[in-house]
Order: sequence, then structure tokens, then C-alpha cells
Amino acid sequence: MSEQTTLDKVPAPRPASGEKLLEVTGLQKYFPINGGFIFQRRVGDVRAVDGVDFHINAGESLGMVGESGCGKSTTGRLVTRLLEPTGGKVSYAGKDITHSSRKELAPIRSEIQMIFQDPYASLNPRQTVGSIIAGPMEINGINPTGGRERRVRELLEIVGLNPEHYNRFPHEFSGGQRQRIGVARALALDPKLIVADEPVSALDVSIQAQVVNLLQKVQQELGIAFLFIAHDLAIVRHFSQRIAVMYLGKIVEIGDRESIYGGPRHPYTHALLSSSPEADPDDDGRERIRLAGDVPSPINPPSGCRFRTRCWKAQDKCATEEPPLVRLGGNAEGHLTACHFPEEPTIEAREEDIVLDPALAAIEEAADETP
Amino acid sequence: MTILTKPEAEPVPQGSEHFLSVRDLYVQFATEDGTVKAVDGLSFDLDRGKTLGIVGESGSGKSVTNMAILGLHNPRNTTIAGEIVLDGQELTGASPKTLEKLRGKKMSMVFQDSLTALSPYYTVGRQIAEPYMKHMGASKKEARDRAVEMLRRVGIPQPQTRVDDYPHQFSGGMRQRAMIAMALVCDPDLVIADEPTTALDVTVQAQILDLLKDLQQESGTSIILITHDLGVIAHTADDVVVMYAGRAVERGTVRDILKTPEHPYAWGLLGSIPRLSSSVDVPLAPIPGSPPSLLNPPPGCPFHTRCAFVDQVEGDRCRTERPVLPEGRGSACHLTADQKRDIFIEQIQPRLR
Ligand SMILES: Nc1ncnc2c1ncn2[C@@H]1O[C@H](COP(=O)(O)OP(=O)(O)OP(=O)(O)O)[C@@H](O)[C@H]1O
Ligand SMILES: Nc1ncnc2c1ncn2[C@@H]1O[C@H](COP(=O)(O)OP(=O)(O)OP(=O)(O)O)[C@@H](O)[C@H]1O
Ligand code: SF4
Ligand code: SF4
Ligand SMILES: [Mg+2]
Ligand SMILES: [Mg+2]
Repeated sequence: MSEQTTLDKVPAPRPASGEKLLEVTGLQKYFPINGGFIFQRRVGDVRAVDGVDFHINAGESLGMVGESGCGKSTTGRLVTRLLEPTGGKVSYAGKDITHSSRKELAPIRSEIQMIFQDPYASLNPRQTVGSIIAGPMEINGINPTGGRERRVRELLEIVGLNPEHYNRFPHEFSGGQRQRIGVARALALDPKLIVADEPVSALDVSIQAQVVNLLQKVQQELGIAFLFIAHDLAIVRHFSQRIAVMYLGKIVEIGDRESIYGGPRHPYTHALLSSSPEADPDDDGRERIRLAGDVPSPINPPSGCRFRTRCWKAQDKCATEEPPLVRLGGNAEGHLTACHFPEEPTIEAREEDIVLDPALAAIEEAADETP
Repeated sequence: MTILTKPEAEPVPQGSEHFLSVRDLYVQFATEDGTVKAVDGLSFDLDRGKTLGIVGESGSGKSVTNMAILGLHNPRNTTIAGEIVLDGQELTGASPKTLEKLRGKKMSMVFQDSLTALSPYYTVGRQIAEPYMKHMGASKKEARDRAVEMLRRVGIPQPQTRVDDYPHQFSGGMRQRAMIAMALVCDPDLVIADEPTTALDVTVQAQILDLLKDLQQESGTSIILITHDLGVIAHTADDVVVMYAGRAVERGTVRDILKTPEHPYAWGLLGSIPRLSSSVDVPLAPIPGSPPSLLNPPPGCPFHTRCAFVDQVEGDRCRTERPVLPEGRGSACHLTADQKRDIFIEQIQPRLR
């Protein structure tokens, strides 16, 4: 497969990079929980996203990481307006689209695209690759010069697939090739922003590398901005200029790559980085922080700081006052942290493991006693 | 002198020094398109209390192999040949009834997807208790106590109350722990964990791997860990088998495989992963090309269509002769030992920084 495909068909000029393409303020999404027999009534809410602020510049990639269930996918679907926000504001290219109707969204729809996690489930098995990629053009009534078929063949080439595969079906492709088809489909409408929700988690490392390279190429050469959601911290680091760390519906730390990976301040970011295993059997140098088992619920989030039930630095203030997301002394511009008692900006090893899980601590003590 | 063991009745089976021994395993599926050779002559061993990591490309036969050990393939379209010996007992020819008895007690599996493996209709506690009643003949009360005990052991807080929760009331990490509790409830001697942490973020992943390790230390369980995450392998496995196109292409200790790999496919795998410390300006280096068809595997070395070192092997052996994997530490590749070492040190290792 050619990794060196050139992009000599660079389309229309882009907004200058550095300009805010997407801006999100106070974004909220509550899912109602209904209860009651016969008469369903609202008994509570899942506060999936609860007051999130961030922006993405044109041509930039913002990585998003955080625990399962912390609201990453929901954020992605709010931004693409597949979901209606409960509160807050989403503006795209200076235009408020928070509650835009389908019709108002139509011209923007083509500019914001989504790539999904599962390359097997997200492609219709009965459609040829050609009609899958041409689909969005048809729906949006777009007729590129030279015709749709020519554009599809062009796109296949851009993503490193053979244009002759036009009439093949998805099952004839490997996982990595299928994910490329998904990328070609997302590129069909010449987007300015792509929300990629775990685009490589289901793929093995070699195929992962193929797809990440491809996405990076379209980002750099076509100037497309990304919201890149993933579990793998090394991949996020590789792909994103800035990174947002989410915890239980909120962003707890956000900043440029060097700040987040080199000088993180929020205890949760420290925990995340210390848990990421590197493929080196000798790599025991880094600190290890193991979090307690009881993940708090987004239905009843803890008062004050939401991380306090698992935080080793928590004090009384953490229960009463919610820490604002602000720039701390010594931090680079744009590096914001929501914590009353931040950690030192270091990733150096700790003296001792921090074990926050009582059951785990008990098991380990027992293991230590019986050598 | 009384003879306590029956010398003839229980002949020592081949390879019995290992707790689990897989020899020349073949698993083939009859499909409309032809015969899929999913596992094509695979051998490996696992000792008591040890962890074997299995890595390899998507579709290389990792899951199929382990389903064969557990006897979970549909016999109607599956042909299994070769030898699987678990603690002296041959499994490939065993009756479904025998296998059923062994599953849960002697060997058990943690499936990749906890949501589909746990039933939404029964409480977590009941699903953990059921195999315990079945295999250990425990009463309902005993089994419930055992379920609480297991939930506690896998680190679920307030197990006495959580035991009555339904799976959807658990978070992803808690469900995965519940599955592990279910797999461990009868103290199985062999646990097979198929991508147990892929869907989880790194903090939950670390918790689960720590738990598996701690439990292994407590009860001497043998573990097969299938994953595409080499970071996970580095921190949990003792030995590693690298699979490619239904075969083992390299075998060694975790240190051998990650520090001095010998097979060009293993080099490619290690070269593909981004590291937290690697330069962000250099593109990742995937293995070029795509995996071979399992319907018509290519002759010779199955990796030759993607291998950069074919020319360094004399003659046309890469395309004509299938390299064999020696017993113990080694790799199935025609390159000489010196070539493997030199290429790795000169060309591969510098790229892994
Ligand atoms: N349609 C829905 N109805 C009710 N609750 C929902 C719905 N969608 C998501 N949630 C809840 O919202 C929270 C956030 O979910 P979301 O899918 O955004 O998490 P995530 O960060 O993407 O997690 P993961 O890493 O596991 O994909 C979870 O508690 C989830 O259970
Ligand atoms: N029941 C079946 N019928 C036909 N082919 C099958 C069947 N089950 C698996 N296969 C094929 O056997 C091969 C090996 O599959 P297996 O699930 O073992 O791969 P794997 O190594 O576990 O991959 P992954 O990392 O993606 O889980 C694949 O090509 C698969 O398509
Ligand atoms: S605000 Fe308090 S509880 Fe929250 S992360 Fe900081 S120290 Fe921990
Ligand atoms: S046998 Fe030949 S083709 Fe196969 S891995 Fe070795 S050098 Fe490459
Ligand atoms: Mg998600
Ligand atoms: Mg599998």
C-alpha cells in the first residue's frame, strides 16, 4: 500500500490557521432518566457533559482523553450536532449553531464530518465502495466538476486505495483498508473539521499506524481540523497539537502537547500518564498511581471537585468549592487546570506507588506478608 | 513397598512437563469460498503460574486458537487437528461433555466484550454464583457468599450491596472486573483473557492487569493473555508468542521479544507503535502491504509478500520453503542468526527510540 500518495489535487484555500474554527462554551448534555410505573416521569439526569469550554483552531488537532463514560463521545456528537445540547453554546466559523435547525445546518453539515470507531459496522455491506463514498455528495446535492465518479476515484487515491476498487464491497477489504474508506467518505465533502471518535482503537498496531499517518497527512496537506478522541495516550500525543483531559463530564486540564505530556498539573492527568504502559519490560521508572474502584456516578456527581473521591491531594476545600479551569502560575499560555492543589509540573518518578484502591492495597499487603 | 500410583494406567503424556501444551494445532473452517486455514500448525507451551502473551495481526488466529482450547467451535463447519494437552489431559479428541465439565472449573475465559458476555437480565451476583453452584455443588447461600467474596477480591467497593446490581448499573471497568470475577470463581487453573482491556482507558486497564497479577500470585493460575497492546504485554507476560497467518513466527521470553526480536514481522510490529517519548514529527512506520489470504496461503514464508529482507536470503527460499520455528526461543525465518542480530542492531533498533 503506498504511504507516499501525494496530494497534488489540493482543493480550495482554507481559513488561515490560528483562527478559531470551533468554539464551545458551557456546553451541557443531560440525558433524562425516566422512572415510575405507568406514568413515566423524569427522576433524574445523566449529566454526560456538564459545562465544557474549548476551541479548535483552523487546521489544528485537539486530542480528547479521559475515563470511559466521561462524556467524550457525547461531546463529539454535540459538536457535529447529531445531538441537541441541553445548555451552552457551539459556534462554528463565528456562527452560533447551538440550536440551528436542519435547514440552517445544511451548508455547515458538509464541513463537519465524523469518523467512527468501528470500520466494520460503519460501512453498509450491501453498497459498493463507490456508492458509499459518493453517498454524502448525493445527499448534499454536490456535483463536483468532472462528475462524482471521478471525484470518488480521486479520493480513493488520496487515501491510498486503488481507484479500481470502486465497485468492490466492504467485506473484500481489511480493517485498515475499511477505515480508509471511512476517511475517504469523510473527505468527500471537502470538510474543514473532522470529529474522529476512537478511529483506531479497534485496529492492530500496524494498521493503526497506517490510519494515523493517513489522517495526519490529510490534516497537514488539506488543513483539516480534528477533534481526535482516543484512549491511547501515545497516539493522541502523536496526532494532536493540543490535548483536553476530561473527567466526569468536565474538562479538568487542557493545553499544548508539551505542557500536558511534560508538565501536567491536574492529579487525574498524572494518574493517566502514569498508567499508560510502554512496550518496554524495563520501564518501571515512572511513578504509578492506581485509582480507587468506585467511579463516581454522572447522575450524582460529587460536590466541589468531581475528582475528589479518588484524589490523593483532596482537602476540605475540594468538597465545597468547584475548582475553576484557569491558568496556574508557571504554566504556558493556554494551559488551563481545574484544581485547588495542583501537582508539580513533572513526570518524574515518585518515591513510592500511590495505591488508592483499598481492595488492591489489601491484596498487596497480604502478598507482601506471605512471600 | 506399596505402589501408590498406577504406573501403567496413567502413562505420562507427551509434553506433560508443561501445564498446557499445544502441538501442531490446525483449525479450519469450511466456508462458501473454500477452506479458511485459520490456525495452521501452531505449537506453544505454558507452565503453571505463568503468563503467556499472544500478539499478532488482526485475523492471525489468536481467538480461534483459544476457542479451540476451550472447545467452543461449532463442530459442523470446523475441523480441528493436532494436540492440546491440559494438565495431562488431551482436549482435541475430548467429548463435548468432558469439555463442558472442564470449562469454568479447570479453564475459563474472559471475553473481550463484557457487555455481550454478561446477561442484562440477571444480577451480577447471580451470574458469578451460577458456575460455582454447578461445578462445586455449592448451595445458593454459599454461592452468594462466594460471589460477594469474589467481587471484593476484584476490588468492587461495597460488594454486599453491589452483588445485587444488574450489569448496566456497573461502569465499564466494574463490568470487566465482574467478568474476571466470573472467570475466577471456581479457581480455574487456566485463564484465557482475550483483549480484556481494549475498550478501557489506561487507569482502569492498569487496575485490571494488577488484579490478574495479584490473583495469579495468590493461586498459581496460568494465564493466556491475547492483546495487540505491546505495553500491556511488557508488564504482564512471562513468555510471548508472535502469530502471523495462523502460525507462530517467533517465541521467547517477554524480554527476548521486546528487546531482541528476531523475526521481520515482529520488527514491523514494534516499529509501528508510537511511544510517549518518540518524536512527534516522524510519521509512524506501519508494515507495508496487507496480510495474506487464509484461503490460499502463499507458498514459502507467509510473510514474504511484505518482507524487506527477502533478498538477503540465499536462493529463492523465502518464496518456496516454509521456515520452521525451532523449539524454545527462536523465530521462523530463513535469515541466519548473525543476520538477524546484525539487521536488528543496525537497522531496526535505532528506529525504536
Ligand atoms: N443516549 C443516552 N442515554 C442515557 N445516557 C447516555 C446516553 N448516551 C450516553 N449516556 C451516558 O453519558 C455518559 C457519557 O457517555 P459517553 O458515551 O459520552 O462516554 P465516553 O467518554 O465516550 O466513554 P467511552 O470512552 O467508554 O466511549 C455515560 O455515563 C453514558 O452512560
Ligand atoms: N467461524 C468462522 N468461519 C470462518 N472463518 C472464521 C471463523 N472464525 C474466524 N474465522 C477466520 O479465521 C481467521 C482468524 O480469526 P481470529 O478471530 O482468530 O483472529 P484474531 O487473531 O483473534 O484477530 P483479532 O486481533 O482481529 O481479534 C480470520 O481470518 C477469521 O476471518
Ligand atoms: S481540586 Fe482537590 S480533589 Fe480536585 S483534583 Fe485538585 S486536589 Fe484533587
Ligand atoms: S523467511 Fe524470508 S520472507 Fe520470511 S520473514 Fe524471513 S526473510 Fe522475510
Ligand atoms: Mg465513547
Ligand atoms: Mg480476536
